[in-house]
Amino acid sequence: MRSIDWGPLWLSLQVATLSTIFTLTTGTGLALLLAWRKLPARDLIDAVISAPLVLPPTVLGYYLLVALGRNSALGRGWEAVFGQPIVFTFAGAVIAAAAGSLPLVVRSVRLGIESVEPDLLAAARTLGARPVRVIATVVLPLAAPGLIAGAMLGFARALGDYGATQMLAGTRIGGSPTASIFVMDQLLADNEDQVFAMSLATTITGVTLLYFANRLTHRLRRG
Amino acid sequence: MRRGELAIDVELECPPGITCVMGPSGAGKSSILAAIAGLAVPDAGRVALGDEVWLDRARGVDVPVHDRRLAYVLQGLALFPHLTALGNVAYGMPEIAKPARRARAQALLDRVGVGHLAGRRPRTFSGGEAQRVALARALARAPRLMLLDEPFSALDRELRAQLAALVRELVAELGVPLIHVTHSVSEARLLADQVVQIERGKVVGRGVAAEILAHFVD
Repeated sequence: MRSIDWGPLWLSLQVATLSTIFTLTTGTGLALLLAWRKLPARDLIDAVISAPLVLPPTVLGYYLLVALGRNSALGRGWEAVFGQPIVFTFAGAVIAAAAGSLPLVVRSVRLGIESVEPDLLAAARTLGARPVRVIATVVLPLAAPGLIAGAMLGFARALGDYGATQMLAGTRIGGSPTASIFVMDQLLADNEDQVFAMSLATTITGVTLLYFANRLTHRLRRG
Repeated sequence: MRRGELAIDVELECPPGITCVMGPSGAGKSSILAAIAGLAVPDAGRVALGDEVWLDRARGVDVPVHDRRLAYVLQGLALFPHLTALGNVAYGMPEIAKPARRARAQALLDRVGVGHLAGRRPRTFSGGEAQRVALARALARAPRLMLLDEPFSALDRELRAQLAALVRELVAELGVPLIHVTHSVSEARLLADQVVQIERGKVVGRGVAAEILAHFVD
């Protein structure tokens, strides 16, 4: 049996971590917006944000390629600022993973936000808190279980991304595949021991994270 | 103002002391408090405290909730479950430096008789303790008006009497008007100086408590 190359798992963990930081911050903002009942066209915005859940990953990857490729305005702008394109880079892998996991994060965080009793918000307001303080000191702390669940779902989704990553970032990022691409490569090369080891490591990583996230969520719910 | 299908059309004038707004469930009592606090915006009307106008729809005046200096004890109390009693009371005083804020919050908890709960969270409080913490929290902003929305409805007779006495003491100390919403005649007897009766969103009676309540049985 050949020694296992853990580089792809390490790369996937890096991509998933950065993707989760991005989706949690952006997703929390979007969830707050969607939880606001007076938002115009709320259902339409929700449907657009949730679209990656129902699109085939390759279709999502294609859209990202069109929107962020070297010929697009965004792609050219990125290249002008950072000196390299988005496509076929580490940044591209993070964006692809984030695009797929964002709706999961938004949905979980929104559920957490909407579970906060309206009377608590009313109480905070009558105690002199402006909207930003109400969000920071009442809404987000009480929605923490939803934020944690969202972060974990988003991380797990990003860790396993395949189709969109391959479309936007290619099969090698800085010379290494991500864990999912590595599994497919090794399967095609008939290296079953490598496939098994990477699959098991990815599963253990994901399940361990979800376990600790569940524990933390229960602790927060108990207060 | 409209709450569901019910149109609420009332004129309230609250002299110093305790005014009880009495009426059956669904009469629009809580909606009146929400409009005074700024949590609900009526279609038309005016809310003023002395010379200070908080709402005047005709002139486009609508002071935001956070700028109306009032104490509002909501029906469910709405204590913040993630904060201790001290944290709940200190919440309304962010402009004060932390040590002074904590000291003032502790003093308020002591004043309402629950200083020993300072480090505990609301889920561990009994009904009466929660009421007292909610009162202390509402007083933290040095309010110019107090609003109580059926705060004693879940308590037994003895606790109601104790808390009513405490509220009367606090109102006398602060010298501010208090509007108390209730459907309970016995609760109104414990607290009210004046009574305003409403039914289906309209005022159907008002006057000195002793006179109005003489017509009711508990």
